[in-house]
Amino acid sequence: MAAINREDVAHLAQLAHIEMSDDELDRMANELAVIVDSVKSVSEAAGDDIPATSHPIPLTNVMREDVVGHVLTAEEALSGAPDAQDGRFKVPAILEES
Amino acid sequence: MSVDTILSFDEAMEKYDPVLGFEVHVELNTKTKMFSSAPNEFGDEPNTNVNEVCLGLPGVLPVVNKKAVESSILIGLALNCKIAEHCTFARKQYFYPDTPKNFQTSQYEDPICYDGWLDIELEDGTVFRVEIERAHMEEDAGKLTHMGGATGRIQGADFSLVDYNRSGVPLVEIVTKPIEGAGSRAPELAKAYVAAVREIVKNLGVSDAKMERGNVRCDANVSLRPHGQEKFGTRTETKNVNSLRAVENAVKFEIQRHAAVLDSGVLITQETRHWHEDTKSTTSGRPKSDADDYRYFPEPDLVPIVTTAEWVEELRSRLPEPPAERRKRLQSDWGYTDLEFRDVVNAGLMDEIEETVAAGASAAAARKWWMGEIARRAKVADVDPAALGVTPAVVVEIEKLIAAGSINDKLARQVLDGVLEGEGTPAEVVAKRGLAVVSDDGALQTAIDEALAAQPDVAEKIRGGKVQAVGAIVGGVMKATRGQADAGRVRELILKTLGVEG
Repeated sequence: MAAINREDVAHLAQLAHIEMSDDELDRMANELAVIVDSVKSVSEAAGDDIPATSHPIPLTNVMREDVVGHVLTAEEALSGAPDAQDGRFKVPAILEES
Repeated sequence: MSVDTILSFDEAMEKYDPVLGFEVHVELNTKTKMFSSAPNEFGDEPNTNVNEVCLGLPGVLPVVNKKAVESSILIGLALNCKIAEHCTFARKQYFYPDTPKNFQTSQYEDPICYDGWLDIELEDGTVFRVEIERAHMEEDAGKLTHMGGATGRIQGADFSLVDYNRSGVPLVEIVTKPIEGAGSRAPELAKAYVAAVREIVKNLGVSDAKMERGNVRCDANVSLRPHGQEKFGTRTETKNVNSLRAVENAVKFEIQRHAAVLDSGVLITQETRHWHEDTKSTTSGRPKSDADDYRYFPEPDLVPIVTTAEWVEELRSRLPEPPAERRKRLQSDWGYTDLEFRDVVNAGLMDEIEETVAAGASAAAARKWWMGEIARRAKVADVDPAALGVTPAVVVEIEKLIAAGSINDKLARQVLDGVLEGEGTPAEVVAKRGLAVVSDDGALQTAIDEALAAQPDVAEKIRGGKVQAVGAIVGGVMKATRGQADAGRVRELILKTLGVEG
């Protein structure tokens, strides 16, 4: 696994919409590098015969029947919204004029 | 907004070879959403079919809808796909207000269905095989309405309103492999492919399959390469082309636009394009960029789906007859010509005719009524023939009344009008309107005698052997009986009266 550098952290921060100062970027680059190193030791422990897992608990097929259950009212749904109009969530315009 | 230069389609085809690819999203018609038990209903009041999961509130846990998984497997089987024995869900991360969690739960490396194919029959009977790369499960996003601005489009909007009723509706995304070799038939193939997918999911009963409601949505990828070149050109992806005609037009337009760009020596920008039905053209969306780094990772809140051979085979046993095979069987059973059958299919009347034949009418009579009088009235009323209100049982009863000699074709049309006006069954309409054919020979004889007396010269001609002149007398009798006579019987009686051999 390639080391994590400062540019990688800046790129990830941008993708994740996290604003970070120069100091924070420096610090996170170092901290993440340590984490990546630690994860690397797991790869060394697991041989080729160990399949990748996506979940720590060996469960499969946890499913529910197609039956309508709990539903919120529009008022309840909108109760935490910063802004609402006509029973809908109101959000800022997403794209600038092009 | 600049208007793109385009080449004529013929010129584009002379110079370039198109390669297509499609992503078709199918909304499933399950009662509940993909990962929550909130209702999956179209057209309800905004934000009334949501719960905490659809709103992406903190701390909620998704649970997979078993019916949606089974519907996805059915789609895969109908598309001749392999079904994964083990598959997982993944988070596709992006920021957009239609997705309240800031990620869409989808599948990434291991889709539930993969490696399929679908044979597409073009209008002239040419069969073209489209390879299916994968069909995976995911969830739909909420619906944004852009407010303010001049056009109601996203550009220039002041703000947007969001309805999350659609958020979390189960989706199956069907992705083709690159489609090569379609040549000048690419636009037609594009339309036929989407039509075939729509027909399949409708036939399976897993989707309402209404394109106008967005139940089936198509993103069309187009690239061009010079003839003889193996390497694909740069592609564009035209988003949300939401009618069959638009799919055909959008593919055609992009081919023509690419050809003009390439001809001018410029490279195609890999980007999304937006289709505009009003101008029948596409405009640039956004170029592929860093923002398309979706940082997929395995969904930690959902465990893998494991399919057993037993489960898959049980689902396979539920598959209905494939639409293409059904069409072949019905055409052969009914003895229609290719043209007759195509007209029936295009009119959307295959089911009605099948039911009418099953209810006892001949295939010819069923076609005559549905494609004739019923289709004509539907056109006047501006509805689909199937939605006009005539049932197969009505057609069968009218045919029986004709066969029994109770009514003739002309009266049958009035009976149909009566049924449509809510006067009851065909027999009831006949009784109420007094439409029965005059079959009493005595009454007919009186009318015949009068008609002959009114046209003595014609009567003389017939006596002299000019049998074809009998039409004028028949006409007179039909007029006198207001059309309620059996013209054949009238003709016989006239000739008998005059002592002439028919």
